[in-house]
Amino acid sequence: MGVLGGSGYVGGELIRLLLSHPEADLVFASSSRFKDEYVFRAHPNLRGLTQLKFTDESSIASSTPDVDLVFSALPHGESVKHLPSLVQTGVKIVDLSADFRLKDPAAYPKWYGYTHPHPELLERFVLSIPELNREEVGGVSLASSPGCMAIATILGVAPLLLSKSLKIDAGRIVVDLKVGSSGSGGRPSLATHFSERFGVVRAYKPVGHRHTAEIEQELSKFTNDGVKAYLSAHSVNMVRGILATIHLFVGDAVEPLEVWRAYRSAYTGKRFIRLVRDRKGVFRYPDPKLVIGSNYADIGFELEPGGGRIVVLVAIDNLVKGAAGNALQTMNIMLGLDEWLGLESAPLHPV
Amino acid sequence: MEAVCSECEAKISVPDDAIVGEIVECAECGTEHEVAGITEVGVTLKKAEAVKEDWGE
Repeated sequence: MGVLGGSGYVGGELIRLLLSHPEADLVFASSSRFKDEYVFRAHPNLRGLTQLKFTDESSIASSTPDVDLVFSALPHGESVKHLPSLVQTGVKIVDLSADFRLKDPAAYPKWYGYTHPHPELLERFVLSIPELNREEVGGVSLASSPGCMAIATILGVAPLLLSKSLKIDAGRIVVDLKVGSSGSGGRPSLATHFSERFGVVRAYKPVGHRHTAEIEQELSKFTNDGVKAYLSAHSVNMVRGILATIHLFVGDAVEPLEVWRAYRSAYTGKRFIRLVRDRKGVFRYPDPKLVIGSNYADIGFELEPGGGRIVVLVAIDNLVKGAAGNALQTMNIMLGLDEWLGLESAPLHPV
Repeated sequence: MEAVCSECEAKISVPDDAIVGEIVECAECGTEHEVAGITEVGVTLKKAEAVKEDWGE
């Protein structure tokens, strides 16, 4: 395996997971910023685990890499510069940027501020959420991994749209997101400076978040009704994790069993999904604190007394199920390996 | 013995030596059930009365 863009937080998580994967060998990791430096200079948690040095991505993208699969954790707008030549080589690719997630070329100027230079490739990359489209992912050689907020939202909402008994208003999906600081990436700015970041509950994108596009695109596959999602994203005082609080509006009163059935119908046997709606203990609903370091997505719900609203709660580690873990799960499927290989570790607690 | 949780429809494992009145808990949703009857066909449960968290203070 190889990793393009290996020095960021997502790249670091990919390398960490690949180093302990029983069937994977990490052949290269690239970084223009850390070229010729040891991987553990960018990711000090990996000291002693690898002596690999970063290479420059331009040299890899221009040759045929001797690997089965390449991950790209390059930033949006950069992946699209390097991957088209790799596609020509026939190597399998899992891209973690947004550059191949959206299928409508017109969406790129609107949401990402650039005109897509290779619209002919967009349909060839399957947006991979294995819990929802495993069969499709198994047959492709090019995949994209969704954004962290998108995957949390899609996993929480899709089963309820599929339910025949629940009449969800797909045109009014309201999503409140609380995100840890690692979601901002590894490059510092004034906004991420400790004195400015510590202790915040900062509404950094109350409307118009980019992940709206992929959420609406993917959820439209689960209903014939027009999907409209309204996202509000907040930076909160944690390093990892996302909690998505999703407000779904329904006309009729809903029984808890209908919601349980919808989730069980979609997720029974899906190892990384845990349904959390407990009557006991401190953690009765999903909490990012209980998924840190793991590929689990915890999903729970509560019903508005008297009807009208379902509140869905989804917690993931933004760097694992929200990025590197989902990508590694995708790799396992694309290579015909057990889906959970290298991803079996339990979440840390306490953190 | 196995029973089904009336709250979430998860399977509940009931010990073979359970007796009527015994409390069993759903591992999935935490709901407590009281063993209401045991026959050769199986076990029937009813929701156990929950202790309220509001102590009247």
